[in-house]
Amino acid sequence: MEILFAVLIAALTAAGIYLCCLRQVFPVVLGLSLLSYATNLFLFVAGRLTVGAPPVWAEGVTRFADPLPQALVLTAIVIAFGMTALLVVLAIRARFESGVERSDVPAVTDRVEVER
Amino acid sequence: MSASAIVALPLLGAILPPLFARAGRTPALLAALAPSVVALLLLWGQAASVFSGVPEEVRVPWVPALGLEWALRIDGLGFFFASLILAIGILIFIYSRGYLAGNEPIGTFYAYLLLFQGAMLGVVLADNLLLLPVFWELTSLSSFLLIGFWCHLPDGRRGARLALAITGAGGLALLAGLILLGEVAGTYRLSELAARQELILASPLAPAILTLILLGAFTKSAQFPFHFWLPHAMAAPTPVSAYLHSATMVKAGLYLLARVWPVFGQTDAWVVWVTGIGAATMLLGATIALFKDDLKALLAYSTVSHLGLVTMLLGLGTPTAVFAAMLHVLMHATFKAALFMNTGIVDHETGLRDLRRLSGLAKVMPLTAGLGTLAALSMAGVPPLNGFVSKEAMLVEVLAARWGGGWPLWGLVGLAAILSAAYAFRYFSALFFGPLRLPEGRIPHDPPALLWGPPLVLVVAVVVLGLWPSLAEPLLAAASAAAVGAHAPWPELALWHGFGAPLVVSAVAFVIGAAMVWHYRALSGRVLAWALPFDGRRAFFSAQEWLVRGAHRLIARVHSGVLGRYVLLLAVVSLAALALGWGMGEGWRPQRAPTPMNGLGLIFAGVGLAAIGLVVRWHHKRLRAVLLTGAVGLVVSLAFLHASAPDLALTQISVEAVTTVLLLLMLFFLPQHDTEPVAKPRGAAAASILIGSVVGLLAWVMMRNDGPNLADYFWSRSVSEGGGSNVVNVILVDFRGYDTFGEITVLGIAALVIYALLQGMQEGVAREHLHAWRFPFALSPTRHPLPFAVTARVMLPFLLMAVFYIFFRGHNAPGGGFIAALLLALAFLIQYMASGLSWTMHRMRLDAHVWIGTGLLVAGATGMAAMGLGAPFLRSAHGEVHIPGIGPVPLASAMGFDLGVLLTVFGAVTLALVQLAHLGQLAGFLPSRTPMDPARPKPSEKEG
Repeated sequence: MEILFAVLIAALTAAGIYLCCLRQVFPVVLGLSLLSYATNLFLFVAGRLTVGAPPVWAEGVTRFADPLPQALVLTAIVIAFGMTALLVVLAIRARFESGVERSDVPAVTDRVEVER
Repeated sequence: MSASAIVALPLLGAILPPLFARAGRTPALLAALAPSVVALLLLWGQAASVFSGVPEEVRVPWVPALGLEWALRIDGLGFFFASLILAIGILIFIYSRGYLAGNEPIGTFYAYLLLFQGAMLGVVLADNLLLLPVFWELTSLSSFLLIGFWCHLPDGRRGARLALAITGAGGLALLAGLILLGEVAGTYRLSELAARQELILASPLAPAILTLILLGAFTKSAQFPFHFWLPHAMAAPTPVSAYLHSATMVKAGLYLLARVWPVFGQTDAWVVWVTGIGAATMLLGATIALFKDDLKALLAYSTVSHLGLVTMLLGLGTPTAVFAAMLHVLMHATFKAALFMNTGIVDHETGLRDLRRLSGLAKVMPLTAGLGTLAALSMAGVPPLNGFVSKEAMLVEVLAARWGGGWPLWGLVGLAAILSAAYAFRYFSALFFGPLRLPEGRIPHDPPALLWGPPLVLVVAVVVLGLWPSLAEPLLAAASAAAVGAHAPWPELALWHGFGAPLVVSAVAFVIGAAMVWHYRALSGRVLAWALPFDGRRAFFSAQEWLVRGAHRLIARVHSGVLGRYVLLLAVVSLAALALGWGMGEGWRPQRAPTPMNGLGLIFAGVGLAAIGLVVRWHHKRLRAVLLTGAVGLVVSLAFLHASAPDLALTQISVEAVTTVLLLLMLFFLPQHDTEPVAKPRGAAAASILIGSVVGLLAWVMMRNDGPNLADYFWSRSVSEGGGSNVVNVILVDFRGYDTFGEITVLGIAALVIYALLQGMQEGVAREHLHAWRFPFALSPTRHPLPFAVTARVMLPFLLMAVFYIFFRGHNAPGGGFIAALLLALAFLIQYMASGLSWTMHRMRLDAHVWIGTGLLVAGATGMAAMGLGAPFLRSAHGEVHIPGIGPVPLASAMGFDLGVLLTVFGAVTLALVQLAHLGQLAGFLPSRTPMDPARPKPSEKEG
């Protein structure tokens, strides 16, 4: 199973980064969603894979999944939602303020005078 | 404790003057005086313990592991400097009240002065090698604010920057030096350094320590070649120049030299460098001062020269020279502050400080002329004034010094004495005597008492200390004893020492000095022609300009504004770090047996990979891409489920549903397709595949490897300490509760930011664009089909029951506040989709803000309750409650916390979504005409 998780993480990361490199805002939102899946899965597998042993305590049970990464990832999932929502709203606001939907801004070219 | 109070009073009292300034300028003055006067009384209350040699100490551990403690110590040296800082500060405060114009923010000015005063007191009372630089930098910062107080003037800004850069850089060198010193000495207490002198000097780091400390002291006390910042700092209002740049701050460097004197003061390197730099500065400053026509510039360079003199004395390496140095610090502070105030009066009354355009002022302002002349005569070292006393002491010490104590140094000092006499004579003779010359249209006269009172006090001190210098002897003896670490036979202070070499030098200096002023014109033309070409200022500003331009060039290159480049840059740097880590590791081979593959897993992984591929392929077909992203999320939640993480699976699947609704709402406001031509950046694609592969490989390596973990810790304590058997939930609400508290706070803030961003769209350009927005698809007339609406309403109670169930079982089985909140949000969203926003909101009653706030309060209160019981924040309690008819119900106080989580997360999610939906109504999204409540039609109700 490890190889499947690894491939899934690889694909999510690659697709996420690729979408973030595009010029429009919408694919960037999608890309960040995919990247957050990848990150959460990566963080999760730091506890290694355990099948059929959820970390719910019971008398005499000795095999269980590492609960700590799960707790970390649980909040990360919810925070990722908050981040996506913020990004969506930023994108909408930017689109209605500027009239265009672009992920890049023109480079700063104006020279600043140095006071002597 | 009074030591702490002395430092804290001005620092905390800085808040008072701006408040009292509303009541007027005099209340602001009183508010500024109060902390200083109280601090001065407290300080003098310590006099007995200081003079008996048993200094008061305050020690409060701060970061013990670093050796940092809040340690203050009032010994003789600290007492001497602190008295100067407070006493002159009080005079300066009074003077400032008369000096600043009525429309200037005097409250702010006093606040800055008090901040400076507190910082300065901290410097001279700190007994910790790490605390001292903290205050040291604070003096640089407050000095920056004060020099730049007239920030509308370019000179003010420039001078402030220059001073901050030079003294700040010196402060960093000092910090490094003091840290090294503490490490070498094995103690961070200043007062313990003297006893470890041998240990410190034996260290190979000793030269580096000395260099760094000297850099700090020389920059602060404007020693050559760093002297150039001080004249530019004269752009400050004159009270600031008088206080910071002649009487106190520039003496911080001298204080520091005196402090480390017991350790380094008698080494060869010290004697060579400190004496040498001090003598050079003394001569250079005096030469330039003579040829300055601006009164403040003249005084500034004279200050540079006098600071050099004291530095030279500290460098001589004899205890009596240290005594002479302390003596001159006191004398110089009195006459120089008086002179600055005098210049301030002239400036205030005539609007000028140019010696070429003013003269004969004694005719119109006799009092000012009298005070200025006395102070200037003292600066020249004329008896019976106090400047004469310290100059004589200085000459005696130089003659007796073991290094260069012969004629070379003696010659230098004599030359400097001639030049000092000359510029001091020039100050008063050119300004106050001769024919009356004034700027047109101004008739100056003596100022009000607020302006002449403080310099009068100082001039009285000048005369008294000149006639009866032995008055200052106990204070100076205590200071010198604390500085050199022993009681030496201190020289006897008297006005008349009899005839001797020093007196001859003085007499010669007066004669030649007077002659130089007499022939000033001829002299100045000749000297100015070859005047020192080196100006540190020019070098400094060239360097500054070069740096700023370089930074702009770098920013233009790196900060290109193209998101893709940032992402790739970040990824490349991470990969480089990774490669570095890999290279340093010990190699790797699989340790864990692979988990068996199963067919279903293979199928779902295939589905996930296909969905990912299709998202990339169809990202410009937006609706499709949103649905496919949802599919990817489902596969991820299945992966969680398979790998024994039911809580994560539940969270992921409910977040997925909410996110999909969010992205669908977003599509209302964006075109359905990419508007820009779909570019296919091949480079980015290749890089993404490479990075993805590396990350995947890393994940695989990690999964096949064993490593230490905390699983057993949490597993074994979950029930006994957390009172719940769902370990993940117990970690969230108990073990890591503080973290979770932070996370829900972040979520709440994010929701509020979303609210603010969307509210802001109701005006300006955004509003126009919003009104002109046409929805990118046709709206169905039956947006809320009746069967859907009815089913949704029937489902609601069941959904709410599920929410309760998930929440309450969360401590012991998969579930809990996060998941329950998301389910609750879904229950709400279903109603919204089925019956429209207005219908739903009309029945919500409670604002989402209230949910967020209440949730955070509940979570916080649970934590505080633990504190109330004497336990740490968020410490959980648990037990069983017997409810009749139901039996024992396990309860943990952490459930209160989980309830807070539920409320906050629900509030944040709904606030974001509702605001976005609400935006649709602003954009003219017409409500459905189907009545949603057929039984009770309300025509006024708008549906959306």
